[in-house]
Amino acid sequence: MALGMVLIDVDRCKGCGLCTHICPVSILALSKDTLNVRGYHPVMVTDTEACIGCASCAMICPDVVFTVYRRRRETRSAVARTASAQAGVISG
Amino acid sequence: MSQAVAVPEDMEQVYAYPRSLTQANSHYCPGCVHGIVHRLVAEVIDELGIREKTIGVAPVGCAVLVYNYINTDFVEAAHGRAPAMATGIKRVSPDKIVFTYQGDGDLAAIGTAEIIHAANRGERITTVFINNAIYGMTGGQMAPTTLEGMITTSTPGGRDHLLAGYPMRMSEILAQTAGAVYVAREAALDLAGIRRTKRAIKRAFLAQIHGLGFASVEVLATCPTNWGLDPWAAMQWAKENLGAFYPLDTFKITDEVKALPV
Repeated sequence: MALGMVLIDVDRCKGCGLCTHICPVSILALSKDTLNVRGYHPVMVTDTEACIGCASCAMICPDVVFTVYRRRRETRSAVARTASAQAGVISG
Repeated sequence: MSQAVAVPEDMEQVYAYPRSLTQANSHYCPGCVHGIVHRLVAEVIDELGIREKTIGVAPVGCAVLVYNYINTDFVEAAHGRAPAMATGIKRVSPDKIVFTYQGDGDLAAIGTAEIIHAANRGERITTVFINNAIYGMTGGQMAPTTLEGMITTSTPGGRDHLLAGYPMRMSEILAQTAGAVYVAREAALDLAGIRRTKRAIKRAFLAQIHGLGFASVEVLATCPTNWGLDPWAAMQWAKENLGAFYPLDTFKITDEVKALPV
């Protein structure tokens, strides 16, 4: 269960790639196989589960392509607990 | 929105499109910092709730079409004359919030007299000044702010001070004027810098809202197209080179401005 989620307005993107460099979990990449209506290779999310909803992409984007959501604090800690349990950090 | 994705119920929105920005697609090149600073100005206008009483004055240069993007009233000034026009508007309608948005070709070259005297008169206006050390719209010629040795289309061998003079530090000059209450330089070149830039712009608007005097924020920016670098490399180049010549600092801040809650 991802901690965050970004929505990408594909046709606003100019493929400048600033977000791909700034993303702390490196899940943004330019879509080399597709073009948007303006003829750019738009950005896409390569691993939706890894998003942490930090909004760094939205902060650096010159074209306001991103809308960012983050899990509320209560569920965020629950998600973290589940993840740790799965990783065997906490038993039971 | 191009994607029709259901947002899970336990997620909250942490970044949304600013209301004070139109839906227009900008004409700026990919990776242009103008887009970032437009967004910051729009966010500040949203946060201060001043959209309906704000009037912007657009420059000549790449940002000439800023009136298509920031969703407030706007007028277009002759090259460099934005501070003079803003002065007139503010004096006729002192209850309006008036700001100029200018580049270095506009503010530091043809508009030097206007900006210095507007600051010295203490006009209650806000200026956002984008410094990317080059003329972007006209094809990458040398600006007064171009660094020594920097190659532009009009200084193909690099800027030589014997021929073209020295780069100009405008914020330091504006800070000397008695009428300025807040003069700062920030860099919208990384996340921390973008956040600092937004705070500075907010402070500059608040100074006007409280009627304190002239406030300006210089923002170090890039011109990937005319520098011949990709947008990310341009940001790193700017941090290293523009940052070395143009120190990030608050050059003037009065006690009243310092006391404003940003």
